Amino acid sequence: MSRRRHSDESDAGSQPHKRRRTSEPIEIEDRLESLICRVGEKSTSSLESNLEGLAGVLEADLPNYKNKILRILCAVARLLPEKLTVYTTLVGLLNARNYNFGGEFVEAMIRQLKETLKSNLYSEAVYLVRFLSDLVNCHVIAAPSMVAMFENFISVTQEEDIPQVRSDWYVYAVLSSLPWVGKELYEKKDVEMDRLLNQIEGYLKRRQKTHVPMLQVWTAEKPHPQEEYLDCLWAQVQKLKKDRWQERHILRPYIAFDSVLCEALQHNLPPFTPPAHSDDAVYPMPHVVFRMFDYTDAPEGPVMPGSHSVERFVIEENLHCIIKSHWRERKTCAAQLLSYPGKNKIPLNYHIVEVIFGELFQLPSPPHIDVMYTALLIELCKLQPGSLPQVLAQATEMMYMRLDTMNTTCIDRLINWFSHHLSNFQFRWSWDDWADCLTQDIEKPKPKFVKEVLEKCMRLSYHQRIVDIVPPSFSALIPANPVCTYKFGEETDSSLPGFAVATTVGNAIKNRASNEEILIALKDVPNPNQDDDDDEGDGFSPLKIEVFLQTLLHLAAKSFSHSFSALAKFHEVLKNLTDSDEGKLHILRVLYEFWRNHPQMISVLVDKFIRTQIVDCAAVANWVFSPEMAHDFTRFYVWEILHSTIRKMNKHVQKIQKELDEAKEKLEKQQNKKQRDSGDEEDMEKNSEDEEGQLEEQIERLQEKVESAQSEQKNLFLVIFQRFIMLLTEHLVRCETSGIDINTTWYKNCIERLQQIFLMHHVIIQQYMGTLENLLFTAELDHHILAVYQQFCALQL
Amino acid sequence: MSIKLNALYSDSYVDISQYRDQHFKGNRYEQEKLLKQSCTLYVGNLSFYTTEEQVHELFSKSGDVKRIIIGLDKVKKTACGFCFVEYYTRADAENAMRFINGTRLDDRIIRTDWDAGFKEGRQYGRGKSGGQVRDEYRQDYDPARGGYGKLVQKS
Repeated sequence: MSRRRHSDESDAGSQPHKRRRTSEPIEIEDRLESLICRVGEKSTSSLESNLEGLAGVLEADLPNYKNKILRILCAVARLLPEKLTVYTTLVGLLNARNYNFGGEFVEAMIRQLKETLKSNLYSEAVYLVRFLSDLVNCHVIAAPSMVAMFENFISVTQEEDIPQVRSDWYVYAVLSSLPWVGKELYEKKDVEMDRLLNQIEGYLKRRQKTHVPMLQVWTAEKPHPQEEYLDCLWAQVQKLKKDRWQERHILRPYIAFDSVLCEALQHNLPPFTPPAHSDDAVYPMPHVVFRMFDYTDAPEGPVMPGSHSVERFVIEENLHCIIKSHWRERKTCAAQLLSYPGKNKIPLNYHIVEVIFGELFQLPSPPHIDVMYTALLIELCKLQPGSLPQVLAQATEMMYMRLDTMNTTCIDRLINWFSHHLSNFQFRWSWDDWADCLTQDIEKPKPKFVKEVLEKCMRLSYHQRIVDIVPPSFSALIPANPVCTYKFGEETDSSLPGFAVATTVGNAIKNRASNEEILIALKDVPNPNQDDDDDEGDGFSPLKIEVFLQTLLHLAAKSFSHSFSALAKFHEVLKNLTDSDEGKLHILRVLYEFWRNHPQMISVLVDKFIRTQIVDCAAVANWVFSPEMAHDFTRFYVWEILHSTIRKMNKHVQKIQKELDEAKEKLEKQQNKKQRDSGDEEDMEKNSEDEEGQLEEQIERLQEKVESAQSEQKNLFLVIFQRFIMLLTEHLVRCETSGIDINTTWYKNCIERLQQIFLMHHVIIQQYMGTLENLLFTAELDHHILAVYQQFCALQL
Repeated sequence: MSIKLNALYSDSYVDISQYRDQHFKGNRYEQEKLLKQSCTLYVGNLSFYTTEEQVHELFSKSGDVKRIIIGLDKVKKTACGFCFVEYYTRADAENAMRFINGTRLDDRIIRTDWDAGFKEGRQYGRGKSGGQVRDEYRQDYDPARGGYGKLVQKS
């Protein structure tokens, strides 16, 4: 049975279950929506004739469907920025035919702009500004009024006491529209535009750039500097200006209609005052422009536009927009990327690969979930099997070569991507090309990368497969066979402390003993640390934990499900043994000792321990930083565990907060109802009073729960930051006293892991800034560590 | 302001398929309702040798996995090429439908579909010989799924 779940047709708007035969209003509205959304897609007719036709249809429908048409056009302006010029042309044609409609559209756009700014939808607001500016090219908006709006935008740079990211956005909105409208605005208002650009230049010179190092994918300037986004755009605009605003890449359908459009009357934009800054405003974070290719990389065919050419900016913007529109449907997304208009003049595959990796490596986080990019690249390889895989291989090779200066977080994502990608292509790779890593210290970035990739590849397959796919010379980098290490096995020396009880407990478990019976059996385990007044032997006993957990895990070693089952069955015993903080730490140690060859198993069991409250999040943090874990401290799986732990903590707080909010809402509804129904019979009033009382009690309890959870969450971060500071300070002091360079491989890894904590959980950490500054990241701290904190603060200034 | 353009908001990888569990206790409407809110996926076309660990690694890429139940041959009680993956949230399951469905695990293209929710007994194949129905009748030779289909083997 064929189970096609999505249409393979190129038209994005097909809804096969709808029939458009009747002319009911709803059907017509859907048809209008479909027509407008699909214009510009692959068609047998030319774009110009399609636009002409559509303009005619819409003009005819204006008397009855004006508002709907207005709303659809406003929506596509906001949601389909990659088709900007198609829609501005359409609006231009409508304006030429119906001046009033043009005016109403402009007004609606201004309203929409205000709303998007109020709702913190800044990327959409940029698209709206760009749309408005391109309407100047279509003779819908008068150039001087556009310049006036830009002047109002730039005046934000004169505001005092605002976050830098606010004025950044307004400058960005202006600069990023200039590729489309710079020429026209300069022709009409060159004096004003020069003044504007001077103001922008002044602003860019004085703005802070402390945040940049934290956002760069590579620390090296060569071969491609990782430029701050506004700096790069400024360079591009300056070059465009030098070229007298000649821009040849953007598709401009309105040029074909010039004779019609220049007859149209233009509208003036109403004066637009940027909404004042408020504390609720969340402006976009700054970013760094990701570049990995230049004109030397595409061996044949069209040349790649330079890094400071405006073409580069436009291409990248459009490709990002396509991904933003279609990320949910990878086949459509791949097809749309590959049918980029003007693709014959550029090395499109290189641009696509660069934009995709740019998103995947974006700091703090990618715009979309990591696995989407893997799936998208696979689709692209399917659609262009003769060219794209080669570009991808070239990109991978380049990234391998530059691992030494790549940010650790980005290396993590590269490891995940590469291993998952390989698993879709039978793990075929020219490993021998990377033989240079075999002569390096195994902690160095290149061998470490290969080792981590192979470990992830093994998780998606099995050990022998990995042995088979790499050359024998790579054997040192092959992951350990994921078998357990049981301390109390048959070959063990029977005099080993705990051996006898381990055997007893093992048999008891096999004979389906209860939790109580196990606890009784465990009493026979000697505990040299036992306190004098601890007659029952209930205090922390490391050997008891070891004997029980090792034996249990050994019996359940067959699979994850077996282990989960075992933990569930003997939850009581485990809770009993881990009552203290020391107990919690020790159970993690024992787990690690037993499963140290199987990091994946350690991860899932730590997850279960937390979810079943056998350990708390702080115990995991302390365990990660404990001396016993120093050997594995730079391994990827350790950080996956820590970040997963933090995420669980965050989700837990969110969950209880949600319960509290829902209870409060319920109470409010109840109280409103009471107001309305007052004067009803006595027992109804009493019932509602009871309900209210219960709700209030529940709210109080939840409030306590939230506070307690938030306190635990804050404590977790403080523990982590504290341990980092201790570890890093120790290293820095040691280096200083022995006169060694601080920049060891370990140090780079550790300090970037600290950065990673800030970046991956920045929303939560923002709440703790006061405490962090007063307690931990004080002026006395070594400046290397303090710099990380300062860069983080600079992200939202 | 915000109108949702139906034509644009396509998310077809997340749609429910035509498949309905014939053993489901309830009517079509109830089943569809559950499918549309489910956090559980059926995963098919697995190799008999694919382990829970491999499934966990792959499906964790779209979010935290709550549990995995490996499908078993009813007679032999060994893996017979399918499993259920349950997530904590619907959103994570949707991302699996969008980005893991139709990609490879153990070199095979796997297929995911919404499931109304695991119930005891559903971990067993429903084919006459104990495995999955599809392995009863298929004509091809698939070494990762016991070789030839059962009907072919018997003849």
